[in-house]
Amino acid sequence: MEFYFLYMGVIIINAIIEVFPVLMKGIHITITVFILSVIFGYLFAFIAGLCRLSNNIIIRSTTSFYVEIFRGTSLIVQLFWLYYAIPMLFNIGIDNRLMAGVLAISLNYGAYMSEIVRGSILAVDKGQTEASIALNLTRFQRMRLVVFPQALRMMLPEFGNYLIQMLKATSLVSLIGMTDILYHGNILRSTNLSMAPTVYLLLLVFYFIMALPLIFLTRKGEEISKRGVANG
Amino acid sequence: MAELVKEMKQSITPKRGAKPIVEYKDVYKSFGEVEVLKGLNLDIFPGEKVALIGPSGSGKTTIIRMLMTLEQPTSGEIIVDGTDLWHMKKNGKTIPANEKHLREVRGDIGMVFQHFNLFPHMTILENCMTAPIQVKKESKETARERSVEMLEKVGLGDKLDNYPSQLSGGQKQRVAMARALVMRPKIMLFDEVTSALDPELVGEVLEVIRDIAEEGEMAMVLVTHEMDFALEIADRVIFLDDGVIAEQGSASEVLEESDNERLQQFLYRFRS
Ligand SMILES: Nc1ncnc2c1ncn2[C@@H]1O[C@H](COP(=O)(O)OP(=O)(O)OP(=O)(O)O)[C@@H](O)[C@H]1O
Ligand SMILES: [Mg+2]
Repeated sequence: MEFYFLYMGVIIINAIIEVFPVLMKGIHITITVFILSVIFGYLFAFIAGLCRLSNNIIIRSTTSFYVEIFRGTSLIVQLFWLYYAIPMLFNIGIDNRLMAGVLAISLNYGAYMSEIVRGSILAVDKGQTEASIALNLTRFQRMRLVVFPQALRMMLPEFGNYLIQMLKATSLVSLIGMTDILYHGNILRSTNLSMAPTVYLLLLVFYFIMALPLIFLTRKGEEISKRGVANG
Repeated sequence: MAELVKEMKQSITPKRGAKPIVEYKDVYKSFGEVEVLKGLNLDIFPGEKVALIGPSGSGKTTIIRMLMTLEQPTSGEIIVDGTDLWHMKKNGKTIPANEKHLREVRGDIGMVFQHFNLFPHMTILENCMTAPIQVKKESKETARERSVEMLEKVGLGDKLDNYPSQLSGGQKQRVAMARALVMRPKIMLFDEVTSALDPELVGEVLEVIRDIAEEGEMAMVLVTHEMDFALEIADRVIFLDDGVIAEQGSASEVLEESDNERLQQFLYRFRS
């Protein structure tokens, strides 16, 4: 019996030693896709969130259209659209996998997060705007100095949650052939089916370890948020 | 005789001779179906202290919010220092004011709110310094110096780096006054600035208003339920009822000698 456990242990350790370096080959892709998606995701979120508050009805409705389309359909289908369908239809080359992957994830999460941006800006007390009008600040100064900094504090905790979701969403890029950690794991499993448990266990560990600093960041965001929106 | 007295009260213009700094001309204001102001005519003179009193819902807040450009009149004109606030001329035609015009005209007006509306993410000092730097383009040093001076004047020189959440209501309201005062307005509007405060904190805020009033240069419009305070500092008390000025005159005339029945009822409720 004891011998059996020892035997299993050795097999697992061997497997891990074998699997670990293979997965590591994909880590830079996962991280690159993640970082770019976060940057562009927030960018789209802020642009769309602010556009939806614009006085111009055309800007407002165009943005709503984008948001509803991307929230209302599946991320995987959006990814396939960007990578397979659009280049074919319009004969333009998004044959760049990285670009398609990052665009899909950031447009999708940007749409979700734009609602947070919009909601937070609307949630800032109207008295804040009124006080800054009374001080004769310009419209832009009111947004930049008074409303936005307070809205940002409300956005932080939610933004943190989406950060972790975006990390998990990066695994979808393996479906368009990007060689991220999931891609390498799948290859390994298809050549040696018995390794499946080890591969997927290690993948979970990989994602979780990458999520740890993000969880920490989210906590930080919540703290700042609590400190910042105390009553004026 | 009674008629004559009434006429005198209606036409009362303290600081006579001067040109009014604010003129409301036949101003109407409705919110949806509800007509709040029904032809308001009111001149305010430089340095004059006006107290606005009247029952809840009579439109006191609306009157000063229209002057601060927070609410747009339905019709009529509000003239500030000779310029129409809500309209501008373009190619000889009169059109609704744009943001730029509003900013030019409201530069001499300041306001203190019932609920303070301090900026919670800025320190007390930053609350005061921001507008002089951004709007008046003052250097950081000048703005800082003047803000500190003003905060000392309202008794908060030791709280410069505190955040609003660390202050009492009375202290917050004094910061709000300092913040408005560093902009050196010619007209200051106060909307029930003590009514959100615990009773024991009202005194310190009135004290500051009294000090500002004594300096004299600024016109002040106070919406207030503090009748004794109005009696003490107001050059003129205006009783608002049913969308128009129902009675006005010196504080003692209005608060002690008027025979307007609605005013009597209103004051009776306060004194009991
Ligand atoms: N933004 C608004 N939308 C709809 N109705 C409004 C609005 N602002 C004010 N009103 C209505 O207009 C009327 C006058 O309001 P206002 O706040 O000027 O009265 P007030 O004299 O300041 O009263 P109070 O003593 O209660 O502060 C009230 O009936 C109020 O309900
Ligand atoms: Mg009011």
